[in-house]
Amino acid sequence: MPHAIETRQLTKTYGSLKAVDSLDISVDPGEIFGLLGPNGAGKTTVVSMLCTILKPTSGSATVNGFDIVREANKVRKSIGIVFQDPSIDDRLTGRENLFMHANLFGVPASEQKERINRILKLVELEDRADDLLRTYSGGMRRRLELGRGLIHYPKVLFLDEPTVGLDPQTRDHIWKYIKELKQTHDITVVLTTHYMDEADRLSDQIAIMDHGKIVVLDTPQKLKETLEGDVITVRANNIQALSDLVNKWLGLNQTHIVDGALEITVRSGKAVMPRIMELATQNSIYVESILLREPNLEDVFLHYTGKSIREDTSKELHGASAARRRAIK
Amino acid sequence: MSEVRGFYTLWLREIKRFYRDRTRLVTSFIQPLLWLVIFAAAFATRFVLPANLNYQQVILPGIIGQTLLFTAMFMGINVIWDKEFGFMKEILVAPISRFTIFLGKMVGDSTDALLQGIIVFVIGLALGIPISPITFLYALPIMLLITFGLVSIGLVIASFMGNLEGFGAIQTFVNLPLFFLSGALFPLKGGSLPSWLTAVAAWNPLTYGVDALRNVTLGAAWTPLQIQPLWIDIGVVAFFDGIMIVVGTWAFTRMK
Repeated sequence: MPHAIETRQLTKTYGSLKAVDSLDISVDPGEIFGLLGPNGAGKTTVVSMLCTILKPTSGSATVNGFDIVREANKVRKSIGIVFQDPSIDDRLTGRENLFMHANLFGVPASEQKERINRILKLVELEDRADDLLRTYSGGMRRRLELGRGLIHYPKVLFLDEPTVGLDPQTRDHIWKYIKELKQTHDITVVLTTHYMDEADRLSDQIAIMDHGKIVVLDTPQKLKETLEGDVITVRANNIQALSDLVNKWLGLNQTHIVDGALEITVRSGKAVMPRIMELATQNSIYVESILLREPNLEDVFLHYTGKSIREDTSKELHGASAARRRAIK
Repeated sequence: MSEVRGFYTLWLREIKRFYRDRTRLVTSFIQPLLWLVIFAAAFATRFVLPANLNYQQVILPGIIGQTLLFTAMFMGINVIWDKEFGFMKEILVAPISRFTIFLGKMVGDSTDALLQGIIVFVIGLALGIPISPITFLYALPIMLLITFGLVSIGLVIASFMGNLEGFGAIQTFVNLPLFFLSGALFPLKGGSLPSWLTAVAAWNPLTYGVDALRNVTLGAAWTPLQIQPLWIDIGVVAFFDGIMIVVGTWAFTRMK
């Protein structure tokens, strides 16, 4: 079976900055492919190139067998896109937005009405279809955008950070739709996200991206299994000293300090925990708490990139925007 | 076929948005009324006109031209709005050509501007300005022709601009010179205007638009004061439209 998406050494540079660096991925038809990475990792740039919005600096890619540069129009006809930022006309009604999309994407006039009714039903907006978009909530707008991306029966659907800024309930709702869509419409989904749980819940395959490169690519399950073992989180009064001690004792650099706590990845957490307590007591370090859990994607990310995804996003914000972000938090 | 449907849907969108913006429709009555009543009353005696023409008759086509110009330029704001609120992306990734996108927006905005122009025409008739209502039919296609080029100016500028404030500043910078130098408020010929003014006005496309409107609405009474015969006026305006459509398509092609 041909790949739904295939990239060969796909690269995008801005001056000296390599936003996307020699990307080689292939996505099989019918799978949900998650691109996971911190803000600025290059996820949106990848999606923009695959959607023919940006031209690659070098390398090539095909979507549904069409070249993204030479056959851009055919690519566009065969894909649906839900952008990271809202892209609907809030002075039109939901139904009008959908009709406009159907016309722009060449859906036969005779089928438009029926398809739009079905989409409205799917995203549960039938009763609000004739209200202006400006009266919709954030979650409703997002649902309409999701539905809109499907009207022209795309074979590949791109979702760029589909749930940013939505409340947990709405996120749950949207995730449900994405899974449903994949099953009922038999489409391939490319999802970018910097939410671990989102990538974990939805993706069949996850590619972790950092600095324009794919660091690792596998199923969520396998990624977690590669860490083979447990994660121990220790809070103590002298984290750095404890970290050095544990590293020395384990003989490996398997610790990270995340949000002021020491995280240690080991094969058998139960056996190691008492020894950590011992090390701490012998060196008069006071342990506030110690926790044992199975590794999650956050740990996988930490393992492969050496940093926490949250830590990284806050570092990238400087000055005014950082202050604003902090104020919101 | 899909290009035609794309064009239609983009055109329709501009009409719907315009129609729903009631405040703009209502306020669009006020400004021309002020010009035609107050300004015309104050300045009527300043200009020497042939006995068979009164000043209100002369500035009505000028005020129509002004309304077309201001409305057309204002339409550029929609592009910036679309860019800022993301809707432009939805249009730009659609599988239709940038020429169609530009044309759909341009003709849609022109239709809106034309409606404003029609309102001014009707106000003029309601004020009892002696103009034969039948000339309305001749004026209509000319008004549309005028707006194509003017809307294009607004769209081209907007496609380069990142924010509303900047566009507002540039808009005034374009609007007022084009307006004052078009002869909208005074005949360019027959008076004692400084030669530099008439020379600059000769390079203003709106000069020929306003002249064309006067040629059809005032008929033979305007002939002694006309800049060019009607067919040359129309030729100049159409030529300008052609250039602006090419420039506009180019500007939309490079927009991301």
